[in-house]
Amino acid sequence: MDAIKSFINIFADPRLFFLLTVVALVLLVWKREVFARNAVGYGLMAVLGVFFAFGLFDENFVLIIAKPDNVPIVALIFLVIFFTWYSMREAVLNDERVAAGDDVIEKQESDRVWVWPDLVYTELISLILCTAIIVVWSIGLEAPIEQPANPAATPNPSKAPWYFLGLQEMLVYFDPWLAGVVLPSLIIVGLMAIPYVDTNPKGNGYYTFNERKAEIVIFLFGFVVLWSSLIVLGTFLRGPNWNFFGPFEYWDVHKLEALTNVQLSEYVWVRGLGQALPDNILLRESVGILLTLAYVFALPVILARTVFRNYYEKLGPTRFYVSVVLFLMMLSLPVKMLTRWVFNLKYVVSIPEYFFNI
Amino acid sequence: MADAKTIEPQESALVRGWNWLTETQIWTSVFRHAAPINDRNRVLVMLSNVFLHLHPVRLKKHGVRLRYTWCMGGLSFFLFLNLTFTGVLLMFYYRPTLEYAYSDIVGLREHVPLGIMREMHRWAAHAMVITVWLHMFRVFMTGSYKPPREFNWNVGVIMLVLTLLLSFTGYLLPWDQLAIWAITVGSNMARATPFLGYEGPGASLLALGDVQLIHAAADARFALLGGTFVGEGALLRFYVLHCVALPLVIGFLMAVHFWRVRKDGGISGPL
Ligand code: HEM
Repeated sequence: MDAIKSFINIFADPRLFFLLTVVALVLLVWKREVFARNAVGYGLMAVLGVFFAFGLFDENFVLIIAKPDNVPIVALIFLVIFFTWYSMREAVLNDERVAAGDDVIEKQESDRVWVWPDLVYTELISLILCTAIIVVWSIGLEAPIEQPANPAATPNPSKAPWYFLGLQEMLVYFDPWLAGVVLPSLIIVGLMAIPYVDTNPKGNGYYTFNERKAEIVIFLFGFVVLWSSLIVLGTFLRGPNWNFFGPFEYWDVHKLEALTNVQLSEYVWVRGLGQALPDNILLRESVGILLTLAYVFALPVILARTVFRNYYEKLGPTRFYVSVVLFLMMLSLPVKMLTRWVFNLKYVVSIPEYFFNI
Repeated sequence: MADAKTIEPQESALVRGWNWLTETQIWTSVFRHAAPINDRNRVLVMLSNVFLHLHPVRLKKHGVRLRYTWCMGGLSFFLFLNLTFTGVLLMFYYRPTLEYAYSDIVGLREHVPLGIMREMHRWAAHAMVITVWLHMFRVFMTGSYKPPREFNWNVGVIMLVLTLLLSFTGYLLPWDQLAIWAITVGSNMARATPFLGYEGPGASLLALGDVQLIHAAADARFALLGGTFVGEGALLRFYVLHCVALPLVIGFLMAVHFWRVRKDGGISGPL
């Protein structure tokens, strides 16, 4: 029993947790015919169900899972996994139909039906079910109310509302101006740009994977691997001082984590060149600034000339550069995570004098 | 030989009652046509009922299927209605001041009969965040943002942001430890807004001579909170945003969203 628990605790470590979700995404896409089987979908739900049932016998696990505001996130885990599976299943089934020379199911079902009764009744039943679920949930689970607000007593950990915990988790890797302001704005801009940069006319109005592979992989990476799983991580696995705790671990306020993170400037000047940090800020941070500029401005051009040449020709310069820059911004999070884990790198550019850290 | 008697088939009292009811002037003034049991009336019901007229009269079969839409857009809307209703009830009891906010919330549980509306409001709010995400997910996976629905996708993205903001502003109102610290953590980010936050990069550049334009009492966070910390000003601002401004805007956008679903050719489908 305890062996299983400590095993799971190890796998919940942010590094492994992130790697596992990436591996899961790769497997899901690569072996999608297998993944799309009913047995796999229901099996996944069953495994998750067993995992949570098993967890209910552990007091530390119950402590976080049963916090009233965390209950929706348990539901979120089930729902996101279920609907990822379900939409891939629909896509694979349609792709198989097309491969066999048939029409996609949406096309086969394109004859018209009356809104009354077909749609109106579906809506009515959904409305009733939805209300019933909310009522039962409300009777069964009391909304939380803690001690009256006290500006002098900071709880540890202090967490934002759960849907922002992905952003709070980004604070581990980025300064607030990036994690809290620039990147969230770019998420919104990126979502809004999708219909304008995606010029692929196929896959409009039906599930398919083969006809829009890149789009779907990128979206799943952003929505499932980055957004959803970071929320789960931030909610369940981050305890006092935003330290990591496994799901079966006691939230010990005194847990110490060695802070050994190093700035890039220190790597370059002190460890690389064996001299003291220069006084001139720009000189001190020159390598980091150049790297950042290269990432944002030079890399897209290089990509356009090399690996993404086809995309460049298909999309034209404006669409290409907008989408590649947004894509690189999304990737900056995993890049920052990896450099942190592998090199203990704290900031690429660090100018605390002007609150400017990257 | 007795005369053969014809016997009128007897209608049950229920049917007679129904027939009488649907012929009264009151009934016919409300419902302009008979029940939608034939094609003509199925058209009429859609055209004459203000709530139903958002729908087309007929639509493609796949568009009705849960398999296609997951009903997530619809559920988001139902939850929004639910939240509006319970929210109004909550407003009867809640006063947004430091003195009363917390005790009004506690009082809801202790003094109000059948007091689950706070629960309903809170859980429906969490649920709505989830359904809106899943709705976006489904719209993406069916490629429904592609032309001609680009604009409606964008309306959706704005509503997604508004949904999160509604949830965020509501989180403060119980005025307990959970509330103020969650909002403190969330709003601290605004302090780091480039140029406009006093701990943001570039803010120190905005100065007139020696006078700093951006400082703790004049920056993005201050505008959000109406103060330098989460206090009375923040409570009032969040209350007004939560109960008036944001619901109005999102309600307006929903009207646009539904209208555009129709105008863009109804639910998406293969061409
Ligand atoms: C406040 C939240 C929202 C509500 C109440 C809502 C409601 C709806 C409803 C009822 C539909 C009809 C079809 C369906 O149920 O799937 C719909 C369609 C649509 N929604 Fe939303 N929506 C919301 C948010 C969003 C978001 C966040 C997006 C995207 C980012 C979005 C994009 C669309 C698009 C493109 C369609 C047309 C889909 C098609 O024709 O297949 N909506 N919405």
